[in-house]
Amino acid sequence: MEIPYSVKANPVTGIPNGKFGIWLFLASEVMLFGALFSSYVLLRVGADVWPHGRDVGLSIPLATLNTMVLIASSVTMVMAWASLKMDQFKKFRLYLGLTILLAFGFLVVKYFEYTAKFHHEIYPSTSTFFAIYFTLTGLHGLHVIGGIIVNSYLWGPGAKVWRSEPDRFANRIEYAGLYWHFVDLVWIFLFPVLYLL
Amino acid sequence: MSADSAEEIRKHVKVYITVFAALAALTIITVGISYLHLPAFWAITFALLVATVKGSLVACYFMHLISERAIIFWVLIVCLIFFAHLLLLPVATSSHY
Amino acid sequence: MSEVVNHHPVHEAHHEELGFLRKYVFSTDHKVIGIQYGLTALVFLLFGFSLIMLLRWQLAYPGKPVIWLGKILGENFMPGGIMLPEFYNMLGAMHGTIMVFLGIVPLAVGAFGNYVMPLQIGAPDMAFPKINAASYWFYFVGGVVMLYSFFVPGGPAQGGWTSYTPLADIAPVGQTWWLVGMVFLITSSLLGSINFIVTIVQMRTKGLSFWRLPVFVWAQFVTAFLLLLAFPPLEAAAVLQLMDRLAGTSFFLPSGLVVSGQMIPNTGGGSPLLWQHLFWFLAHPEVYVLILPGMGIVAEVIANNTRKPLWGYKTIVFSILFIGGMSFTVWAHHMFMTGMGTTMSTFFQTTTMIISIPSVIILTSLLLSLWGASIRFTTPMLFAIAFLPMFAIGGLTGLPLGLTTSDIHLHDTWYVIGHFHYVVAPGTIFALFAGIYYWYPKVTGRMLNSVLGKIHFWLSLVFMNGVFLPMLIQGMAGMNRRYYDPTATPWGKAMQPFMEFISWSAWLLAISQIPFVINFFWSMWKGRKVTSDNPWDATTLEWSAPTPPPHGNFPTPPEVYREPYEYSVPGKEKDFSPQFIKEA
Repeated sequence: MEIPYSVKANPVTGIPNGKFGIWLFLASEVMLFGALFSSYVLLRVGADVWPHGRDVGLSIPLATLNTMVLIASSVTMVMAWASLKMDQFKKFRLYLGLTILLAFGFLVVKYFEYTAKFHHEIYPSTSTFFAIYFTLTGLHGLHVIGGIIVNSYLWGPGAKVWRSEPDRFANRIEYAGLYWHFVDLVWIFLFPVLYLL
Repeated sequence: MSADSAEEIRKHVKVYITVFAALAALTIITVGISYLHLPAFWAITFALLVATVKGSLVACYFMHLISERAIIFWVLIVCLIFFAHLLLLPVATSSHY
Repeated sequence: MSEVVNHHPVHEAHHEELGFLRKYVFSTDHKVIGIQYGLTALVFLLFGFSLIMLLRWQLAYPGKPVIWLGKILGENFMPGGIMLPEFYNMLGAMHGTIMVFLGIVPLAVGAFGNYVMPLQIGAPDMAFPKINAASYWFYFVGGVVMLYSFFVPGGPAQGGWTSYTPLADIAPVGQTWWLVGMVFLITSSLLGSINFIVTIVQMRTKGLSFWRLPVFVWAQFVTAFLLLLAFPPLEAAAVLQLMDRLAGTSFFLPSGLVVSGQMIPNTGGGSPLLWQHLFWFLAHPEVYVLILPGMGIVAEVIANNTRKPLWGYKTIVFSILFIGGMSFTVWAHHMFMTGMGTTMSTFFQTTTMIISIPSVIILTSLLLSLWGASIRFTTPMLFAIAFLPMFAIGGLTGLPLGLTTSDIHLHDTWYVIGHFHYVVAPGTIFALFAGIYYWYPKVTGRMLNSVLGKIHFWLSLVFMNGVFLPMLIQGMAGMNRRYYDPTATPWGKAMQPFMEFISWSAWLLAISQIPFVINFFWSMWKGRKVTSDNPWDATTLEWSAPTPPPHGNFPTPPEVYREPYEYSVPGKEKDFSPQFIKEA
């Protein structure tokens, strides 16, 4: 049994099922992070004092580096998709591999940031600021890990589909890319909110 | 997007590089501004403005929203309306007027 | 249809002959998943119901021991057969959680939505069959976690189905399991809702424009959007509460909180109200998740059994859409007692009054659909007709709760419990029964027995009202809800006969379900076989599929030629013109 429009676009909406599905998923993710941002605003407005990230030991250089890493990974991700579209499978593998490596790089930097905090005996329970800091960055980190898993699958065993059904595979890369760019987008907001303000 | 020719994609690639440069520049700008220690209101306004521009660049070009179909816009508009409620109403409710 | 035409698809079906496990347990067929959802949800519905049966004993006869129950449940819950206050709280909390998240929503959306919706739009399956299966299994695991929490030290969650903080933050470990279970359930409904929306938008069959969709599909569509956008904030809230409980944060704990004479060690600085905001941001739309699919079912059954088009199809659809959009702006009417400012409470009172209008419009349209009809009083139709006044009582008793002046008196009394149970119990559950009686022949190929069905209906109708009507009176007399010992106050003591009356009604209501259970299983093997694929002479697409529909649903994709409810069209030979039959 064949599900209609699982690869080809529906003539009315102009998109295949998967693309609609991933955007709906991202909409729900907006609400998930939106609720946390809302909590952040409510807690900050209600607090007597709210510390600056840099005054309580958050490292702006490291976070700036991480921002750059994540932006770069977003570019390599979209380049991977473009390479597939140009029928250059080897280049695609290279770019997707780079994306995965950059994502690991992001996590390594995050690991150093976290351990530095723990070293100074700073935990989520230390203050409301650190509670929201660890929760937001932790949840974002989980999303990065999710992206690594998906991308690694598509880089390795999942890439077999390319030979049998190139269109389906290109779609999958596009969807994985949409998710990955969203993870980048969340960080673009997390960075100023937690570190700079 | 699937109907795009290779030529078309090559043009895309140039756009991606430009967007990358813009994102990097904006990151440096926002970090730079944060060291100026502006009054809280302006600091927040600037930082969120820059973040919004960066986010829009990612959404429009990397996520191809700029050439996306109407149905996706509808989903996002509905989502953003609810998001705005979620963001604003709890804070508004905690004020005592 | 001749044998020759049929031959090809049958042959093809043989190609993918699946083993028992793949076919009935780990199936990706939307119909099997729908049945799995349905059976699991019915079991949970029964379980959640029995929890409250137990609780009603304490309310009717406070402190009176039940020796044999004490022996079964043990010292932790009922020492010597006397219910502990903690156990009383657990029963209440888990009754609400199980009924809402594990019973009614999975039955209304997971079961009926999954089984009927793709058939009604002429699709071979859901857009993402594997994700659909994953959705069921997340739900199943979530349910198992909730059940498991009864066996952890300190028992299951006891902070109410709303899990208000700071109480829930400092509750025993059962609350953590509740949160874990909720995360599974939220993931399940997220996967389900994405599937529903994509399927409805992308996979409608040829000729089925949006304005030809049955009301039930519209209801599922809006419901899926509510689940998609309202559940993630609760997931965020669950994460924050987990952090509070496991990592020692203070998202929901104010500074200087004293519990049992001891300052709690957390730093404080959090906001207990934040939880309420995030919770009700989900839970108010959730009310419409509970009711909209029910309304959809009732619309289908009423159109079919009045043998005439629904009165105001478009009006109903626009009302459903309006309810969906509006339901995100009313949540703080659950929080009038939290001391919000008058400006904001005015805002929420206004939106609450506005959202009641489309509900009234839908109800009025359904009521007017009965006007001048030659009604067939089948079992599903009895439940559907009863839905109208029951839901009306539920809705109208909600108005005083949406206005602060009356809410301050009625909040936290039994009136509130009576109100929302009228919406959900004789409201939605009656609609779900209507759906079961209506679609059972499509699923099994056999009719449910109508004598047993009518016994089930009349007894349920009487005892449902016996349970919930007195609650409204109790509440208006000032009887507080959630009291472990209702006789602790003088006014409570005076109201005690009501408590006994309600409890006895509830137990009799339980007995009234026996005919249904017998009917449900007996008819599966012995019920009257249907002779046609369309036993109710209905017009919508699900009745054009073979009975029961095979994997892939339709031998050839159906085509739609007209609007959904063309009954008794003047000049036609039959009193129904199905969507799927081309006529001149």
